[in-house]
Amino acid sequence: MGFAFLLPWLVAACGWMACRWSPVAWLSPVAGEGQHAQGTAAQLARLVFLTSLLGGLLVLLLWLLLEPPVIAQRSTQALLASEAQSASSRQERVALDLLRTKAQNLAAGDRPTESLKVEALKDESDSVASVARAALVLRQATEREAWLLPVLVVLGGLLGLLAGSQAPRRGLHPRKLAERIIAVLLLLSAATALAVTVGILLSLIFESWRFFRLVPLSEFLFGLRWEPQIALRADQVAGLGAFGAVPVLLGTAVISLVALLVAAPLGILSAVWLVEYASPRTRSICKPVLEILAGIPTVVYGFFAVVALAPAFREGGAWLGFTLAPNSALVAGFVMGVMILPFISSLTDDALYAVPQSLREGAFALGATSFEVASRVVLPTAAPGIVSAFLLAISRALGETMIVLMAAGLLAKMTINPLDSVTTVTVQIVTLLTGDTEFDNPKTLSAFALGLLLLVITLFLNWLALRVSRRWHKEWSA
Amino acid sequence: MTQTQTTATTEGADNEICLEARNLSVRYGKVQAVKDISLVVRARQVTALIGPSGCGKSTFLRAINRMNDLIPTCVVQGSVRLGETEIYDPAVEVEALRARIGMVFQKPNPFATSIYNNVAYGPRVQGLVRHRRETDERVEKSLRRAGLWDEVKDRLKESGTSLSGGQQQRLCIARAIAADPEVVLMDEPCSALDPIATARIEDLMDELRARYTIVIVTHSMQQAARVSKRTAFFLLGELVEEGATGEVFTNPQDERTLNYVTGRMG
Repeated sequence: MGFAFLLPWLVAACGWMACRWSPVAWLSPVAGEGQHAQGTAAQLARLVFLTSLLGGLLVLLLWLLLEPPVIAQRSTQALLASEAQSASSRQERVALDLLRTKAQNLAAGDRPTESLKVEALKDESDSVASVARAALVLRQATEREAWLLPVLVVLGGLLGLLAGSQAPRRGLHPRKLAERIIAVLLLLSAATALAVTVGILLSLIFESWRFFRLVPLSEFLFGLRWEPQIALRADQVAGLGAFGAVPVLLGTAVISLVALLVAAPLGILSAVWLVEYASPRTRSICKPVLEILAGIPTVVYGFFAVVALAPAFREGGAWLGFTLAPNSALVAGFVMGVMILPFISSLTDDALYAVPQSLREGAFALGATSFEVASRVVLPTAAPGIVSAFLLAISRALGETMIVLMAAGLLAKMTINPLDSVTTVTVQIVTLLTGDTEFDNPKTLSAFALGLLLLVITLFLNWLALRVSRRWHKEWSA
Repeated sequence: MTQTQTTATTEGADNEICLEARNLSVRYGKVQAVKDISLVVRARQVTALIGPSGCGKSTFLRAINRMNDLIPTCVVQGSVRLGETEIYDPAVEVEALRARIGMVFQKPNPFATSIYNNVAYGPRVQGLVRHRRETDERVEKSLRRAGLWDEVKDRLKESGTSLSGGQQQRLCIARAIAADPEVVLMDEPCSALDPIATARIEDLMDELRARYTIVIVTHSMQQAARVSKRTAFFLLGELVEEGATGEVFTNPQDERTLNYVTGRMG
């Protein structure tokens, strides 16, 4: 199977060489004359390469799509036929699955095919024989695939080769045809990327919809209690847990706000220093370092929060007379602020750097100091860019999971006190979906609703950021 | 290097010296942009600096208010005096110096704030205004002098960038004179403007020279001839000739000047 993937390329390469160097006239009917009408041999070779590659890959794709279901169907029939079994009830389905696994193991094992045949041909209707029959089907399928698939792939490739090489005869210019094929391939790639995104969104929406059939949307959006764990136990008592997302969102907001309060001033000031004060050489070193910092795995930040920061904050708080909860929003938010700091700093740096030098000169010429230039001319000019940087950073903070999973709490509380323990949307999703889960109760499904909510908020923030920075660029790129 | 000091004897009162550069040289790294230039700029006149691109006239202009300080590789030798002040004296506070020398740039560069704040920026950073009324007065006075007041008096809170190119440049002139400078440097102030806006700026310069000493760098010889009393011709970082504008254009002492003003070079 593995090497079948290489075959189309091999055939395509052969086709290319044949067109490029073959003395055979029918393969490259245009050599020498009429080049403008029919294209050069090299152009034809490129087309043939494409068409034979496509032919081979198409066969491969069809095989992969069609063969497994057919075989599965036939082996199931073999299992069912002898035992007059049906696959209707749940128990029967489980039994069938067991037999199927047996057959698969038998087929993959090292018993020779001949001995399987002997056993399969026994006219007995016990399960041993039917398993052997199913195993035989599978074994034969594997054996057939070993020779049939390569042959089919090569045939497909050759067909493509022929079709491509005959294009000039049919009045199709090879160069234009190749261009059209490539355009279609590129379109397909782009469509795949888009389809995956849409697919993710749709699955999220679908699961959320199932959740909202069990819990009304208004309760989810405006409810003030979030106690999903009760739902499992409440199954027996015929009651549902509380699924009000407000406390979860509030916790997320508190942590993100703390993060922003930490990262925004530091990020802006460091960016001002980089752009307005540091020498170009220093900036050329510091800026990439900042961008690399943005790539630190967030679990490392989580360690930092748990091991270093949480105890320090607790002691510091005690010294000042505050009592910090063990998983305080302050620690989680602080570390998250450190995480988005390079992000904000780097984007703000970009925004400041984009402010035209002529504005700085204008301000300097009026006798302003560097700081007056930065604070009264450069920063206001770059403000929309900085706002957009903040929005992007917030949307990252909202979706951040690892830090809060390690540093934030699990219980959803209606509080805005950063010293208290709060939870976040992402933490709830993780706790709801880890462990044994069944997809038919609101507890599990609520994770998808939370995910959808997070997605909508994040998309909105990103859209807003894009809009702000677009308008800004329009004004200053002129 | 021929330096003809044709002094206009008919206007003796105009001989007061405002700026004086002595043996001024400016280097950017290894490139010598201005070579040993000595030039006297008289008070309350328009002095034009002309010459082909890259001749050092802009560099010379930016040496006067020490804008070249912003370029790390730039080295300045020689002296420039503004009145009694040696500009390159290390004890001179460059921010205060720039309050005495305003500058208008090639492209209008209003700040991304209101028209009012644009004009008030200089007086504010220089600490010349203490409260709103003083600022109001100064903004109005500057806008009037720049001939922009009537056009913008009802929209002072609007963004400076919302004005037309010519208006923006006059806003920049208002901004440059708001801190009451002695000298206004203009670096090709009309090169981004259409002929009508250019004419307005030129008329404005004619009014402004009653109060301010104006040094203008221009690529347009017609403009130099129209607005300036004296003209200095720069070539390859050297000062070739300086004199009364009429003399320089009609009866230049140096052959290179003649070639340039007659269009045979540059």
